[in-house]
Amino acid sequence: MKKPFELHADYQPESFEFTKANKKQVEKLIALYPKGKQQSAVMPLLDLAQRQVGEEGAKAEPAYGGWIPRAAMDHIAEVLDMPEIKVYEVATFYSMYNTAPVGKYLVQLCTTTPCWLCGSDDVVNACKDHLGIGLNETTKDGLFTLMEVECLGACVNAPMVQINDDYYEDLTSDSMKELLDVLAEGLKPKIGSQKGRKASMAITGPTSLEKEAKKAGIV
Amino acid sequence: MLSDSDRIFTNIYGFEGPELKAAQKRGDWDNTKDILKKGKEWIIEEMKSSGLRGRGGAGFPTGMKWSFMPKESDGRPHYLVVNADESEPGTCKDRDILRNEPHKLLEGCLIAGFAMGAHAAYIYVRGEYYNENSAMWKAIEEAYDKGLLGKNAAGTGWDFDVIMHRGAGAYICGEETALIESIEGKKGQPRNKPPFPAMAGLYSCPTTVNNVETIAVVPTILRRGGSWFAGLGLNERNAGTKLFCISGHVNQPCNVEEEMGIPLKELIEKHCGGVRGGWDNLKAVIPGGSSTPLMPKDVCDHIHMDFDSLKEVGTGLGTAGVIVMDKDTDVIQAICRLSQFYMHESCGQCTPCREGAGWLWRVMKRMVAGNATIDEIDMLYDVTKEIEGHTICALGDAAAWPVQGLIKHFRSEMEHRIVEYRKAAA
Repeated sequence: MKKPFELHADYQPESFEFTKANKKQVEKLIALYPKGKQQSAVMPLLDLAQRQVGEEGAKAEPAYGGWIPRAAMDHIAEVLDMPEIKVYEVATFYSMYNTAPVGKYLVQLCTTTPCWLCGSDDVVNACKDHLGIGLNETTKDGLFTLMEVECLGACVNAPMVQINDDYYEDLTSDSMKELLDVLAEGLKPKIGSQKGRKASMAITGPTSLEKEAKKAGIV
Repeated sequence: MLSDSDRIFTNIYGFEGPELKAAQKRGDWDNTKDILKKGKEWIIEEMKSSGLRGRGGAGFPTGMKWSFMPKESDGRPHYLVVNADESEPGTCKDRDILRNEPHKLLEGCLIAGFAMGAHAAYIYVRGEYYNENSAMWKAIEEAYDKGLLGKNAAGTGWDFDVIMHRGAGAYICGEETALIESIEGKKGQPRNKPPFPAMAGLYSCPTTVNNVETIAVVPTILRRGGSWFAGLGLNERNAGTKLFCISGHVNQPCNVEEEMGIPLKELIEKHCGGVRGGWDNLKAVIPGGSSTPLMPKDVCDHIHMDFDSLKEVGTGLGTAGVIVMDKDTDVIQAICRLSQFYMHESCGQCTPCREGAGWLWRVMKRMVAGNATIDEIDMLYDVTKEIEGHTICALGDAAAWPVQGLIKHFRSEMEHRIVEYRKAAA
């Protein structure tokens, strides 16, 4: 579960508060769980805090991505009436909570066996070469952080990466570089398969459900 | 080959939209009321007779699992928890249900929830599936709008709520008690059993945790009858249809719904365009997600893909995440990468797993290079046996099995690597 980022990051803002809109969201999230079980909302609240910081970071110069300052964890502990240490435990246990600043685009490279078999090493090297950084490093302009992650559950579309919320699948080193260029320009690339196939269907066309495929105009 | 008329997931590739209107045209939410009218006992008996076994990896009979829930509430609410924390390397089937067939899952939740006396279901989806989580929320909102969830859900007289809970990157939360801990807002560390979740699960209330695919097939089974489902597949213990995910060295990797017990060779040749370089270029297959030991080609030639056939040859169906490796594969590296996965995902609670998984990876790295001695292969095997069965949950076992499979089938390759390394060093 450990991540190369630290809870004791060099930079920590003094305080944290949810925005007005997010305060309403906090109430909604707590209401999803039974009365008195508000601790269940700790994960959605950490996620919300990370997104809020990410939204601020997207406008900053240099840009940065979503992460959770310690002040946000303390604030969440107060909101949910739970000990701060319990929030730190959760924030450091799960790999998706960034406890130190990351780039605006967090490039999470899957290198677990199914992706590795299909050439994830090429994709990793393409990123390193193209951005001139190594794993767990961030580009100087604050745009990209590279990170190796474990299986992201899109194995039949290997190799693939996750960048922020989206999956990019069926990659080659060329399409990976293109993807990075598009993001660097501030545009939004097409998510999903970069070879244009539909979800997890065989790339040459469906081997079942042909009637349905015809109806939908796939074949 | 399974005929399309027997396929449950007709929109698995997302040919049509996931929205309610399209889902209803496909048959979802069709008179759900009538199914519930037949009563809890009927539903559970029908599920038992269908022969459905859990689709999340362990293969426990679903109807029996539901029957473990207390018949009457002692005042505590009952919960259905759906495990959508799909993280087993090689597995990506639940993702397609979440994004393309969300209403099958929601209808299944209502029926299963009713059968076990639950008025609420939590669906725990892995954090990385952000878009799939959003798709589910959208489907849930539609269902509430049309009265299919909420008070008097689908006109059944049963109140039912469904709530998505998004994880944040922890394979261990696929273990049912770790998943429950995680919903409770804690680190995902598995609990000791007993008590089993059916007695004390989420918020210490009776809880059943089922996989996404298991719940999503329920409405179709009950509409077409348990005997229909039981009539598909290899035999009554290995019945029905199953979503297979075939990744790695095949010409066209894909997900596909097929009959339980389909020969592996047929699965790969019919749906994946064959092994890269032809069937004879096959080296090994991991049949059911990373935890299941690999099979060398001579086993693959004849093996059927079901619980019992695979168990007989010392592996398992698991999640049916089929990882194919051709002759060019460095199989030692392939397994070493899995050892790294288990080291990373160990929750750190039990010493044999926390220390052992890391040790396995470090020794496996030396095996990849050949920088080891022959008797270290035996030591490696012994250590896997010290991990297996000595931990609270099955993650320790899952770390041990791939390495055991490697040693069992590819020991000569490991030895050869060591000899070559020594030659080069000398």
